[in-house]
Parts: sequence; structure tokens; C-alpha cells
Amino acid sequence: MDVSFAITGKGYVIVAADTTAARSIVKMKTDEDKIKVLSPHLLMAYSGEPGDTVQFAEFVERNIRLYHIRNPHGLRPQSAASWIRRTLADSLRSRRPYSVNLLLGGYDTSEHAPHLYWMDYLGTMVEVPFAAHGYGAYFALGLLDRYHDPEGSLEDGLATLRRCIDEVAKRLVVAPGQYKVKVVDKDGVREIAL
Amino acid sequence: MHAFAERFSTNGAAAELRRAKEILGEDDDVSDVMWGSSGGFGSLVNGVPKFAVPSVPDPTSFLRMHTDDHADPSCRIKIKHGTTTLAFRFKGGVIVAVDSRATAGSYVASGTVKKVIEINPYLLGTMAGGAADCQYWETYLGIQCRLHELRNRERISVAAASKYLSNLVYSYKGMGLSMGTMICGWDKTGPAIFYVDSDGTRLKGDLFSVGSGSTFAYGVLDQGYRWDLTDEEAQELGRRSIYAAGHRDAFSGNTINLYHVKEDGWKFIGNYDISEMHYNGPGGADGYGYDVRVQGRTSANPPPEAAAAQA
Repeated sequence: MDVSFAITGKGYVIVAADTTAARSIVKMKTDEDKIKVLSPHLLMAYSGEPGDTVQFAEFVERNIRLYHIRNPHGLRPQSAASWIRRTLADSLRSRRPYSVNLLLGGYDTSEHAPHLYWMDYLGTMVEVPFAAHGYGAYFALGLLDRYHDPEGSLEDGLATLRRCIDEVAKRLVVAPGQYKVKVVDKDGVREIAL
Repeated sequence: MHAFAERFSTNGAAAELRRAKEILGEDDDVSDVMWGSSGGFGSLVNGVPKFAVPSVPDPTSFLRMHTDDHADPSCRIKIKHGTTTLAFRFKGGVIVAVDSRATAGSYVASGTVKKVIEINPYLLGTMAGGAADCQYWETYLGIQCRLHELRNRERISVAAASKYLSNLVYSYKGMGLSMGTMICGWDKTGPAIFYVDSDGTRLKGDLFSVGSGSTFAYGVLDQGYRWDLTDEEAQELGRRSIYAAGHRDAFSGNTINLYHVKEDGWKFIGNYDISEMHYNGPGGADGYGYDVRVQGRTSANPPPEAAAAQA
């Protein structure tokens, strides 16, 4: 039931995820943060099998942190995405795989460009200008094809995100109530109130 | 050098001891180094002890074959399910309330189950799902919490205790464990509640209800909940919410157990019969039951002359 979106624009990536944690038909929590800050310029929204999601996200978080401690430079988004995809792919071929879907948004400070990767639990990875996971994808992708602007300002990006969220709220039977929105750009990562 | 040789010798006292341990199936050796380590045992012993699982390709489906009473009412093992438990945080601490019914299929196996597990004087765990799983693993958690206290000269935080449990059940994911529990207590950070279930989900929050009757309990709890509830109001809300579930959910009922956790640890408030609550309420004056609560009130709205004629 999780819904997550991500949108790139001129020098930034917006990552948004709903904040509900549900079990069966019950909302257990309405302010759960499902976007991890992996490094000063890297965000990861995760969704999927309860339990697996947090375990996997924390595993990734700590390994990226370890890499930052061991090496003079942190991982660029491309490399981080590649490592995460391989980890998922190896996991898929293990006795009990992680069932986790990811959106990875980062800003590469050396080439001054935002990067967004869509990843699923099968280890599929693709770099995209916008992405969505969950039932929200069915409503948002068509809308984004129509309205997304790769050169849009942050305000434009947030307006487009607003459209996605409103559309999901309007049409999806089990629409989530609130979203957490984070942005990564040249200045790093910050949370934005919609 | 002597100690080194002894470790690998096939005769002598050390070897004899080793053999005895093998036969008795005792835990791995605990070396002297560990006792001296100020970091405690944590980093040196081999994590969580393992259970033997059925030696079949897929233990989960094997277990399900013998326990799934929806598909097969005549199955050999009926797991005790069905419960209502709740816990919430407010300015006066944490309220924990549970029912006491255990059902196996449609049979009420017991009406006097203790679904609050007293882990230590500052920690409570609730029990929903498989009764045995909850009871065993939360008792086990209690042991580990005590060991943490001995090693670190400090009480374990609620966050750490709940994470220990969630990591433990996560390691058994897909093998048929069934538990939905709230780990509640008071630590350095104040009152805290963590929801932990056998999926491996672990959530920090102010208010949770778990079990087949949780939807009924939520209905009363959410509507009556405020942070600045007084102690009496909070206890009444916990009791009233479990009553609602006990009344509406066939798999919950019998009695209510109520606990209140404050800075100086938990306190057992009382055991309340749900039928008694229905008719008479906790004070003996005002019952919770709908018919009792609205007795003598009517929505009939006759015109004045008809009312006068009736009188």
C-alpha cells in the first residue's frame, strides 16, 4: 500500500513517500519516515515487505557510512546505486531475499547533475527523470509524462508533486493521508513541508 | 602451551568435560577472556541460540499444513489466537490494557490468561498472536534484558529491548512465528512504546492496539485520547477500550488487565470482569453497556398533546 514518488528538475531531486505504516486494514502509525538520508547528497525512499524494508535500508545506510569513513571521498550516486542494486540482486538469489522497492535520488557534486534511480526487489535498475512505486505509480506516471519538466525550478517540481499527490488522493481507494518530502541539491539534503 | 595442548587432547579432564558437554548439548564454551571483558559478552558469544526447525524443504508450509484451521478444521495443532491488547503514552506515563481470553478455533480455551508479560519492573510486553511464541520470546527477552543490566551496570532502554526482540523475530521470518506485541516502559528518555511483530516491523509511537479486537478498541481509544489525560481518565480510557473489544469481538473477552507505567516502574491497577463492566461499570454505578448507558432515554418525539395524553 506504500506510495512513493520522485521527480528531478534543474539541479535537484525531490523524493516523497507516504508516512503510513499499515498492517492488514489498520494504520498502525501515520508519521513514519520512509526516506533515508544515506549521505550528504543521497536520499533513498523504500517500500515493500514490512520488516524487510527497514532492515535493508539500515543495512545500506550503515554500509554507505562505512564507505565514507574508510575512503577520502564518498560514493557518487551512480556508484551507490550500482552497489545497492548488486546487493538486492545477490539477496534475490539467497535463501530469503529482501522484498524491497527503492527510489534513489542523489546529486553528483562533481558533475553538478541530479540523478534518480528506480529500483525494484528483483534487482531491476533504471535511471529516470521521474519515478513512482506502489499503487500511486498507476496514477502518477501518466500525469508525469504530461507535466514533468526536466528544467523546472524547485517550485515547479513541488507543484508537479502536488498534482501527483492530489490525483492519488482523488482516485485511489486506499490513498495515504500524509507525505514526507525531501529534496537533494547542491546544498545537500533537506526536508520540505508541502 | 599446556592450555593450548589441553584444548586439542583426546584424553584427560578437559577432553572428558568437552565430551560431556557434547552429549548434554550444552552451550558453546565461554572462555575466561569473556568474563574479564568490560565490553561484556555481547561481542564474543554467538548471538541468539537457534531452534531446530523441521527438516523438510519448506518448514513454513509444513507447519501450516498442520495448523491452518481455516482450510482444514480438523487440523492436528490449533494455535491459540485472537486477542485485544492496547497501550498508549500520555503525560502521566504509559497505560497498558489487555483482555484475558484465549481461543483455539471456536473454542474458548481459557478466560484467565495473563497477556501482559512483566519483563522487569520497568518493562512490560503484551501478547497477541501465538500465545506460546509471545510467552517464550518475551520471557527470553527478559533474560537478555537482565544480562544487559549486569554487563553494562545500566537498565536497558525500551528502544534497545524492542530492537533486540524485533531482530530476533526477524531472524525467524517466514518460519511461522506469529506475534504482535508492544514493548512498553520507562527509561532515561521517559515513557516509551514500541510495536514489534513477527513480520519484523518495529514502530515507535504514542498509541497502539493489536489483535482481532483492535479495530473496536481503536474506535474508542482514538476518540477519547489526549496527551494531557489525567491518570484516572487514562486508566478509564484503557479499560473502556478493551471493554468495547471484549463486547464486540468474539475472540476477545472475559476480563481486563490494566497496568500503569510511571517513572518508578509499572504498577498493576486491577483485573476487571467485562460482564461486570457492561452492567455496573468500574464504580458499580454506571455500566459501559449501550443499553445500560441509554436506559430510559428515547428518540421518540411525540407532539405535546400526545405526550400529555400519555402522562
